[in-house]
Amino acid sequence: MKSLAELEQLRNKTLARVNLRKEDDSNIRVVVGMATCGIAAGARPVMKALMDEIEKRNISNCFVTQTGCIGVCRLEPIVEVYIPGSEKITYVKMDAEKAVKIVNETIVNGKVINEYTIGAAENN
Amino acid sequence: MVEISLHILDIAQNSIKANASLIEITVVENIAKNILSVTVTDNGCGMAPDFLKDVTNPFRTSRTTRKVGLGISMFKSAAELTGGSFDITSVQGEGTSLTAVFVHDSIDRQPLGDMALTISAIINSNPEIEYVYKHVFNDNEFVFDTREIKKVLGEEISLSEFEVLRWIEQYIENETENLYGGA
Repeated sequence: MKSLAELEQLRNKTLARVNLRKEDDSNIRVVVGMATCGIAAGARPVMKALMDEIEKRNISNCFVTQTGCIGVCRLEPIVEVYIPGSEKITYVKMDAEKAVKIVNETIVNGKVINEYTIGAAENN
Repeated sequence: MVEISLHILDIAQNSIKANASLIEITVVENIAKNILSVTVTDNGCGMAPDFLKDVTNPFRTSRTTRKVGLGISMFKSAAELTGGSFDITSVQGEGTSLTAVFVHDSIDRQPLGDMALTISAIINSNPEIEYVYKHVFNDNEFVFDTREIKKVLGEEISLSEFEVLRWIEQYIENETENLYGGA
């Protein structure tokens, strides 16, 4: 049974991690489209998979946030990755499995997975 | 939407866009009355009477990317498909409240779905807003209130930290299980 006492214990652990986080702009930002279109297409499990994998790998310089409609609903779920100093990467037609690959390839290793990008989808 | 909880995730974004500082989500399941009702109430900017009158029309939207807005109209039709009802009230400057009532045993009623994931996703999208989630099942209920969580966590830790969101998810999962008479 999860209790508020457990949350208090968690607090110290989280605080230690938060204090380690760099206060500069070197953080990677991952944005999931979560408007009606994204949610209906399956954005919630994508976000869950991203967060689980980032937590599992203990990646501290990465945030997962949400945004509204990106404007290309037919390609949802959409995930945008902002790596400081690089161009924005837009991944489309995501699912939980692809989301895990994004964490491992793009966020950890800095490699773009071309076949998932909006450029690849629009050329087909 | 395949789950009612996905409608809720979607509808809550409307409250967030309306600059609400408090969003209350209430799910009531009453087997004797054969209903499952969902109420979302916010203290956001509300809607002008003209907009409100027509808000369940899919061609009425405040979005600017295109002229179609399906969130509310899909939620309404999902409830009505079960033989239920939908109601929305709004006062400009005070807030908006909407209730969708589903017939509980209708074959067309979607499952409630993963409310734990929906609530944690809503919190993650805007951790500074306060949320109250209440789930009533027959004579039992539980209430989750972010203000209580923030009291424990203090100001240094955002509710959007992974550990916190995970705790919230598991807390709601456990409470929901207890509500249904589980372990």
